[in-house]
Amino acid sequence: MLHLVLFLVFGAICVAGAINLLAQSHPISSALSLVVVMASLAVEYLLLGAEFVAAVQVIVYAGAVMVLFVFVIMLLNAGAEERTKGSHVALALGVPGVLAGGLLVAWTLLKRSDTGTVALGSLHGDPKTIASFLFHEFLLPFEITSILVLIAIMGAVVLASRPDLKPPAGKES
Amino acid sequence: MVPVSYYLVLSGILFACGVVGFLIKRNIITIFMSIELMLNGVNLSFVAFAAHLQKFSGQVFVFFVMVVAAAEAAVGLAIIIAVFRTRETLNVDQVNLLKL
Amino acid sequence: MTSSLHLWLIPILPLIGAAVNGFFGKRFSRRTVAAVALTFCGAAFVKALVVAAQFSSLELPHTEFLAHWIRSGDFLVNFEFYLDQLTLVMLLVVTGVGFLIHIYSVGYMWEEGGFYRFFSYLNLFMFFMLTLVLAGNYLQMFIGWEGVGLASYLLIGFYFTRDSAANAGKKAFIVNRIGDFGFLIALFLMIKHWGSLNFGEVFVAAAKLPVETAGFGLLTSIGLLLMVGAAGKSAQIPLYVWLPDAMEGPTPVSALIHAATMVTAGVYMVARSHVIFDLAPNALTVVAIVGTLTALFAATIGIAQTDIKKVLAYSTVSQLGYMFLGCGVAAYSAGIFHLMTHAFFKGLLFLAAGSVIHAIGGEQDMRKMGGLRQYIPWTFLTMTIATFAIAGFWPLAGFFSKDEILWQAFSSKHGSWVFWLIGVVTAFITSFYMFRLWFMTFFGDYRGSEADNHGHSAHDEHGHGHGTPHESPMVMLAPLAILAGLSFVGGWVNIGGRFEHFLAPVFHNPAMEAASEATEAGNHGTEHLLMAISLAAAALGLYFAYLLYLKRRDLPQKIADALGGFYQAVVHKYYVDEIYATLFVKPLVDGSTRILWHGVDQGVIDAAVNDTADGARHVSDAARHMQSGNLRSYAGWVAAGGALIIAYMIWMGIR
Repeated sequence: MLHLVLFLVFGAICVAGAINLLAQSHPISSALSLVVVMASLAVEYLLLGAEFVAAVQVIVYAGAVMVLFVFVIMLLNAGAEERTKGSHVALALGVPGVLAGGLLVAWTLLKRSDTGTVALGSLHGDPKTIASFLFHEFLLPFEITSILVLIAIMGAVVLASRPDLKPPAGKES
Repeated sequence: MVPVSYYLVLSGILFACGVVGFLIKRNIITIFMSIELMLNGVNLSFVAFAAHLQKFSGQVFVFFVMVVAAAEAAVGLAIIIAVFRTRETLNVDQVNLLKL
Repeated sequence: MTSSLHLWLIPILPLIGAAVNGFFGKRFSRRTVAAVALTFCGAAFVKALVVAAQFSSLELPHTEFLAHWIRSGDFLVNFEFYLDQLTLVMLLVVTGVGFLIHIYSVGYMWEEGGFYRFFSYLNLFMFFMLTLVLAGNYLQMFIGWEGVGLASYLLIGFYFTRDSAANAGKKAFIVNRIGDFGFLIALFLMIKHWGSLNFGEVFVAAAKLPVETAGFGLLTSIGLLLMVGAAGKSAQIPLYVWLPDAMEGPTPVSALIHAATMVTAGVYMVARSHVIFDLAPNALTVVAIVGTLTALFAATIGIAQTDIKKVLAYSTVSQLGYMFLGCGVAAYSAGIFHLMTHAFFKGLLFLAAGSVIHAIGGEQDMRKMGGLRQYIPWTFLTMTIATFAIAGFWPLAGFFSKDEILWQAFSSKHGSWVFWLIGVVTAFITSFYMFRLWFMTFFGDYRGSEADNHGHSAHDEHGHGHGTPHESPMVMLAPLAILAGLSFVGGWVNIGGRFEHFLAPVFHNPAMEAASEATEAGNHGTEHLLMAISLAAAALGLYFAYLLYLKRRDLPQKIADALGGFYQAVVHKYYVDEIYATLFVKPLVDGSTRILWHGVDQGVIDAAVNDTADGARHVSDAARHMQSGNLRSYAGWVAAGGALIIAYMIWMGIR
């Protein structure tokens, strides 16, 4: 019972944040809404018992990626989007259409109630278990993703560097 | 005891919001954030199934998704900065020099 | 099992000659070309003589296997040779007369262009004809069949720069093709029902079937279809129209191909297939009827022709009709006998006509000839012998063979007095037009002027004027003399029925022989009576020709005027060519142009290709709009595609 209540509450916060992201015109507001979404998602993970994932979600996603987003928005001094003339027809057709589609999908998914349930905290995702998986079965992907991060760093540095600061020879952009 | 399908519905809503934002928004940074939203929705779906099927690999995969998302965000933002330097705009409709 | 005679040498030697002359002849001198051609043809003749010398020691029929050809499941066709008495006769005729005509051609074609080409084609023809004659199965015979048609086309159209010659060559080939279609269907029937085309196997299988007296059984169908093929090759009704046009070729070609050898291929084929025909009396009757009608029909046309070669062409058609009449009353040996004597005297007639044409500088119209016997005595002598031979005067060759056919037409189980009567009437007409030719050419005053000799006549092959007519050189006269001798004595081989006896093992048919034995016994009186009647017919023809063309020169014109329209029809060959053109040629050409060319080729095939290209262009034009350069539209397309795939996956999951 508690599980369901908590799920619904934080689910609602999630959705509200997502819709706010769409509704806001200034990107910084959208970024902050996204942070809210990530935080509530972290709670959802906790409810499922994936504690380590929840922690990583907050640290990496909300704490690093979103901070990066905010930094870039501030760096580029992005202003609010202008309101352009929207098509009334699109609005009249689109919104009910999306709602109908969404309700249809939701109804289909919910109808099949024989998929089983999850108990509160049924996953025991403590760091120790995760780590044993990460370093035994998923060792190769782990190492590859670390290389991926390295490449991403190098790429970001090269791409974002100022043009007049010529990159040192050997690192062709 | 929450049915798995509830989690899936939530995940679907998040994903849908992400797609809509991706299509509607004109600011490139907002589009990127919509992509992140999509990825988050997928992550939730992974963990929900991991809990339901009692398999840990679902959780572990979430890590990888996060890593990739982070890397992609980094590189993507770097590109946006590079483009902004030349085009002076974050409006995606105005970056259409692909067209001859 | 007798040792191999290497029969394959006989066709291959002329082929080698053809190849040598064909590839290298352009660089050779005329002497070398002639030497090559004569050597290889002569070698084939010598080999044929060697085979004849060894003949009595052979076990007959003698077959020789050369190589495998088609092996398709149970169906086997090999390159093989078949030798029996019939083959030997044909072999000697083809190689012998062929060799003589080769010698003659050296002289006749000396002044012409394309010397090496002519001899190459001539040798090529010999190769195909010998393949046909020596073939051990129907398919190999068909190779020879088609090949001689090809050689005929090449040689008829030898002066290919002349439109009329090129058209005549085409006409010959196409009309032949129509006949070949019938031949092919007969072969298909044989394959389907008997699974083989080998002579031995086919005849054994056919002999097991009962005699077909009613309707269209298998054997009758095969027989009729074979007859269609023979009608095309041997110029019978209704496929004879190519032979008169074939006179566009040089005269030796007319002598060799259209008198002595190629046109007799049909008769040979019918005689070879006698096992089938003996069991299909209806087919035999059709053969006889076609032969008789053709004989009469062509003879009537021959009366009114003015070109010396055209007279001989229609005469050939008519004589071939006699041969088919002989085969059609199951007197195959009589037909073959006439084939042999005809090769002698018709070959001689053509060669002598060539000599006449050569003498007067290329003129072929008999109205411009006359009184030539003073100028060209040797040609006159040989042509006289030939004319008397073809008219059927005793003791020359034509008498014996023609008489044998007429007797068999009357007395054979398949014959009837109607055939005999028409045959006698035709003999009379034959004698008449041949002596008409003889009188118009050699007697009276020379109607050709000096100017004509210097000028170029309408259809000259020898466009050199020489002033007064002159005798031909020795190289041309020698073959004439030899053929004249053969025309004289050629018929004597059958005195006492020796020739027929020689061929009897080939045409062995116990049922037929029992019947004919019974009729032969008491009929010698009738036979002698009929012999006298045919001699009388020949003499009558001579008399009328003498009357109309020597004594009273004005009569022919009066008769022509009196007959009016009918005479015009005869002169225009009963308008058969025009009828064919309207009935068959024009609809085909028009249909081909309108339906096949404009309709199918341009409308369907070209349109399909062009429209495919246009369609590709239109599709790409429409698809172009996807590439707008607008990022958001790309995003939209990605999302749409993704949604489609997800929907599909969901649908697959629900299923």
